[in-house]
Amino acid sequence: MSHFLDRLSYLTQERESYADGHGTLTGEDRTWEDGYRQRWQHDKIVRSTHGVNCTGSCSWKIYVKGGIVTWETQQTDYPRTRPDLPNHEPRGCSRGASYSWYMYSANRVKYPMVRGRLLRAWREARKLMGPVEAWASIVESPEATKAYKSRRGLGGFVRSNWDEVNEIVASANVYTIKRYGPDRVVGFSPIPAMSMVSYAAGSRYLSLIGGVCMSFYDWYCDLPPASPQTWGEQTDVPESADWYNSTYIVAWGSNVPQTRAPDAHFFTEVRYKGAKIVCITPDYAEVSKLGDLWLHPKQGTDAALAMAMGHVILKEFHLERPSAYFRDYARRYTDLPMLVKLAERNGRVVPDRFVRASDFSEKLGQANNPEWKTLAFDERSGKLVVPNGSIGFRWGQADGKWNLEEKEAGGEEIRLRLSLLDVRDDAVAVAFPYFGGIVTENFEHNDQGRDVLVRNVPAKKLQTQAGEILVASVFDLMVANYGIDRGLGGDNVAADYDQNAPYTPAWQECITGVKAADVVTVARQFADNADKTHGKSMVIIGASMNHWYHSDMNYRGIINMLMMCGCVGQSGGGWAHYVGQEKLRPQTGWTALAFALDWSRPPRQQNSTSFFYAHTDQWRYEKLDINEILSPLADPKDFPGSLIDYNVRAERMGWLPSAPQLRTNPIQVVKDARIAGVDPKDYAVKALKEGTLRMSCEDPDNPANFPRNLFVWRSNLLGSSAKGHEYFLKHLLGTCHGLQGRDLGSIGGAKPQEVTWHDEVPEGKLDLLVTIDFRMSTTCLYSDIVLPTATWYEKNDLNTSDMHPFIHPLSAAVDPAWEARSDWEIYKGFAKKFSEVCVGHLGVEKELVLTPLMHDSPGELAQATDVSEWKKGQCDLIPGKTAPAMTVIERDYPNTYKKFTALGPLMAKVGNGGKGIAWNTEHEVKQLGDLNRLVTEAGITLGMPRIESDIDAAEVILMLAPETNGEVAVKAWQALSKVTGREHAHLAHTKEDEKLRFRDLQAQPRKIISSPTWSGIESEKVSYNAGWTNVNELIPWRTLTGRQQFYQDHKWMLGFGEALCVYRPPVDLKTVHPLQGKKGNGNPEVVLNFITPHQKWGIHSTYTDNLMMLTLSRGGPIVWLSEHDARSVGIADNDWIELYNVNGAIATRAVVSQRVKPGMCMMYHAQEKIINTPGSEITGTRGGIHNSVTRIVTKPTHMIGGYAQLSYGFNYYGTIGTNRDEFVLVRKMNKVDWMDEPAAVPTERSPA
Amino acid sequence: MDLNSDLNQFLFGYYPYICLAVFFVGSLIRFDREQYTWKSDSSQLLRRGQLWWGSNLFHVGVLGILAGHFTGFLTPIGVWHAIGISMPQKQMTAMVAGGLFGAMCTVGLGMLLARRLIDPRIRAVSSPMDVLILFLLLAQVVLGLGGIPISAQHPDGSEMLKFMRWAQRIATFRGGAAELVANVSIVFKLHIVLGLTLFLVFPFTRLVHVWSGFASVSYLLRPYQLMRRR
Repeated sequence: MSHFLDRLSYLTQERESYADGHGTLTGEDRTWEDGYRQRWQHDKIVRSTHGVNCTGSCSWKIYVKGGIVTWETQQTDYPRTRPDLPNHEPRGCSRGASYSWYMYSANRVKYPMVRGRLLRAWREARKLMGPVEAWASIVESPEATKAYKSRRGLGGFVRSNWDEVNEIVASANVYTIKRYGPDRVVGFSPIPAMSMVSYAAGSRYLSLIGGVCMSFYDWYCDLPPASPQTWGEQTDVPESADWYNSTYIVAWGSNVPQTRAPDAHFFTEVRYKGAKIVCITPDYAEVSKLGDLWLHPKQGTDAALAMAMGHVILKEFHLERPSAYFRDYARRYTDLPMLVKLAERNGRVVPDRFVRASDFSEKLGQANNPEWKTLAFDERSGKLVVPNGSIGFRWGQADGKWNLEEKEAGGEEIRLRLSLLDVRDDAVAVAFPYFGGIVTENFEHNDQGRDVLVRNVPAKKLQTQAGEILVASVFDLMVANYGIDRGLGGDNVAADYDQNAPYTPAWQECITGVKAADVVTVARQFADNADKTHGKSMVIIGASMNHWYHSDMNYRGIINMLMMCGCVGQSGGGWAHYVGQEKLRPQTGWTALAFALDWSRPPRQQNSTSFFYAHTDQWRYEKLDINEILSPLADPKDFPGSLIDYNVRAERMGWLPSAPQLRTNPIQVVKDARIAGVDPKDYAVKALKEGTLRMSCEDPDNPANFPRNLFVWRSNLLGSSAKGHEYFLKHLLGTCHGLQGRDLGSIGGAKPQEVTWHDEVPEGKLDLLVTIDFRMSTTCLYSDIVLPTATWYEKNDLNTSDMHPFIHPLSAAVDPAWEARSDWEIYKGFAKKFSEVCVGHLGVEKELVLTPLMHDSPGELAQATDVSEWKKGQCDLIPGKTAPAMTVIERDYPNTYKKFTALGPLMAKVGNGGKGIAWNTEHEVKQLGDLNRLVTEAGITLGMPRIESDIDAAEVILMLAPETNGEVAVKAWQALSKVTGREHAHLAHTKEDEKLRFRDLQAQPRKIISSPTWSGIESEKVSYNAGWTNVNELIPWRTLTGRQQFYQDHKWMLGFGEALCVYRPPVDLKTVHPLQGKKGNGNPEVVLNFITPHQKWGIHSTYTDNLMMLTLSRGGPIVWLSEHDARSVGIADNDWIELYNVNGAIATRAVVSQRVKPGMCMMYHAQEKIINTPGSEITGTRGGIHNSVTRIVTKPTHMIGGYAQLSYGFNYYGTIGTNRDEFVLVRKMNKVDWMDEPAAVPTERSPA
Repeated sequence: MDLNSDLNQFLFGYYPYICLAVFFVGSLIRFDREQYTWKSDSSQLLRRGQLWWGSNLFHVGVLGILAGHFTGFLTPIGVWHAIGISMPQKQMTAMVAGGLFGAMCTVGLGMLLARRLIDPRIRAVSSPMDVLILFLLLAQVVLGLGGIPISAQHPDGSEMLKFMRWAQRIATFRGGAAELVANVSIVFKLHIVLGLTLFLVFPFTRLVHVWSGFASVSYLLRPYQLMRRR
């Protein structure tokens, strides 16, 4: 009753003595213990996970007490693995364990917020006019827009309500569509796999109104273009459990224990089984301690190391003591036997394109796509043959023959010849480009006296329609390219490893700093292990190596090793590239919902890197000259212009997508065509040719081509991934920024040829930035409208990962707190309001949609052997062939909400599919109707399956996807069988009756069902491994040759010197010199390479503002420096330092550590400027984020399209946002200004 | 009755009872209602350093002073006579011992106060009451030490006898206590009033740990192991 009264009974308490008086049993009051007991009491446990692009996809128990989420712990009920394999659990990490902190923290976005000045203008305008007119009155007034745009990022939010924000957003969208076109409304949301229903909510809304969904995988630079180049596959990798099947693992630039915490146990467990681990990282990263050997090459030179290893492997295991397994694998699964034409260029013989059936008389009997069928010699008959499997067999072939059986097109058994050495007509001196001699300031070069290396290659003569030509096999070209002496004489080849000739182990030593002997040892062990185990050598590789400008070379160097050793597609072997959570397992079920394919096709999708390069005007500051990256063998006259010119050409030729697409509103284009009385497509073709219709890409600084409305959800674009952060602030947002450099106009640089240059620099292109988040991120702070969304414990959704084969739910353990709503409800709200306010402005409209030549569609066979531009009159403009495809699409704007909430008719009428195959889904649509109920309200959706709630949406995905519906899986495999001519459905027959529902997943994570969308399978016998079905089911890779390609024969690939893998040093971005010694504060400065790996105390920017993670780390922005560099400029640990270059500046604390390699500094990304970031002495504004010192630099080879595997696909191919080649000046700060006074309001701007 | 004697009556006749009532009842309520706040709020975890000297000097000093005050003032005068200690002797002992402990206490408090105000980590976790109580204690000790030279002018112990009588009257609820100290030095008066005020604020500060500190003496007597009945 009372603690005090209880104490009074002290003397009268019964006490029992025990243990000879050493102990006493007392009867004192125990109610105080309840405090501790109640700490761990809860009302319920709900299963959810964290949708944070960490690849964990871990199952968590969420504890709820009194309607409040109290804490979370790891679930331990995963389905078991096989007896010889460790189980997956427990999965989780400290970051996930701290998530519930966010839900009730001060950082939570609790109410709809609007920038004060905008809201005041809106409310005033709304008193006088309708919503769309009100929006028009604001954005058509330069003063009114400047008033709120210039305050972005400077605070000033006020609370609004859902009705009001829905009306503002819908009106802005309606106005923009009506005035400029639907492709001016864009949305950025990444990584659908982390919460696919939330992603689909926004993308479905955008797709229904004709808006643009922006890519992320390429933009994040997680996409390794080497993967589509080699395999025709975006990225497919083994699950982490497959590490346990390996016997030799190289962790190359992947920090497994830090960035794959829930999976790292497999990495350590396989060491107990006896696997050898080699770690390759420039710094002493956490993974290094788990290695038997740690190699630390100079950052950015990994390709040199990989080429030297390839040299050893090729020489010892393919030439000196050929491995029967390797040779058989190379013959059947790679392009090594394929024949390449040797052409003469500028007096030199150079490797050109693959010879095709079409080169020969009567097209070697191939009527269907002969220009897309590659050739090789049959070893048995000695004849030139057309082997099955090349991409020409994939499309338009009536008899399914697209497979990797060892047969030629006529059905004869063949055995392809790898080398022409023994049957050569001649040994020809062939020229190869050499980039290793390029002198750069910060990287070592290896001067060979020339930039073209001539080596002798065995060749054969062939009679083609164009006369006699010389051909060589890819194998022979590879051996020559690696500089291996085959006894054919000539220079530039090495007979032993100690010779300094590209690419020997001795050659690489002066570039990478790795001892030649270590290279030989690792290469030899790696290959020997693969030979003995038939491919169980694995490389775990991370984005760190992919973020270099020449990432393709880093990656291809390593992929070459794996292919030489027959590791790809073998259990326990292959390329384990882990970056973002890219594996959306039920992908084909999801695309239908996400891009509203049930209502109209195709959707608008855009590659973000090119988009932001153009629209944040980073191209105006481009200093990387094409000649710096061109092959010494290319004629510079064939490659004129600057980087953005290549992007414009790529868009015009249909290689890359465009957003916005046309300068004229695409609704207007169709109207104009109707007035002219012609088909809109014909009208557009004619107008484009005449120049009366222009593509937007040719003039990104023209207000007609500005993106106007941007939605950001599930993302912290401006605080995390936006390379060129300060350019975003200046040009896209029009607010205060820290940009230090000047554009080409003001420094008299060479201007682009294809793009209109405006001397007046546009600022604040965007009219409306809407961010949906649960926490006040940097992006929120720069937005005009911030909306509170449900956290991962407050909504129902789905989550998958590439690290394991299970599909997880996110579950609403509690209702969204404060005024938060789930993403599905938020976009549903937009759709509803849009349908209301559009009336009178937009009705049933038709518009013209441009689509690039898509991979996995017949469009990938568009441009076979040449690059010709209609714009230059080199060819006719044929949509879908020499230019983007054109489709007229009807938008029933007033019915947007009805369409959003029902499954449209196209699923039953046209069916579903993905990756080039299609199947019927009538049965699934019927079942969805039974499950979700049918729409009973009158209107266009009457009788269609409902998609009202987030669970309804999840059921659509689960029902339509082969991975979660066995019946669909069988149909999908059967669809593939029609193309390959082989039976595949046995991979899913055992699961035909299995159908996963949302509540099944809540009961326990479920394993997905094998489907042809992916190249690996899930079974009781093997772990998921990429390329498994290619090797075991003989399904061709989706490349030109149908095989894994060492050789890239596109004209631009040849031009930029990347036909075969070579070492290319990092590029010089010229961002440091203009400022060096000019902005001094008296402290010495040091120039360092700026590296941004993944951190330990956050997942990207999430968790970096979480109190618990801040407590574990240093509680604010930090940059790691080597002891050497720090000492040289007098920086001590924990000093405030500044990093800067022409792109901007960062104010941060220094961590001085011996684990960092001298010459580089590491700023773990993505530390935002919302926590403990002081002002910068350089910029006078708050010290930036890690991307404040970066700028996007695109690469022309990533723009190639319409060419087999080098064709566009959303997040599959395209320019990537590299950032590792960047250098910064580092110095100690003198003054730490917290800028905690209110920012002064400039007087010339009148308050709105 | 003039104003001066009213005030005297209030401060030395009634105020002691107000303070003691708040002291006892307040402690009791806090002990019963706010168990989780019943603690010393040690900052040892945040910074050790000068805490060791500061805390130990202060605690030894203050415990010595407390013991001295209790025995010195509340022991009946007859007892002193009985054991043969004269008033001058007693006063001399009080001045020496009080001066010694007071000096320790002052140095300790100074260190604690400096630490609390200067060290940013300690400053950040300090409540206003944490700082105030240190100032009050310091002021009280300084006043106490300030009384020593005045006491030295009355080596016969007559002044001290007034305080003993006053304290014993208060403790035994007898009237007329206030008049006994009506004419003593202002320094003593301030010392008494401030001392009473410390009792007044006691339940609202971290000083409540003093109760448990005394209670923990039983620790010395307890068996090695204690088990609670189900």
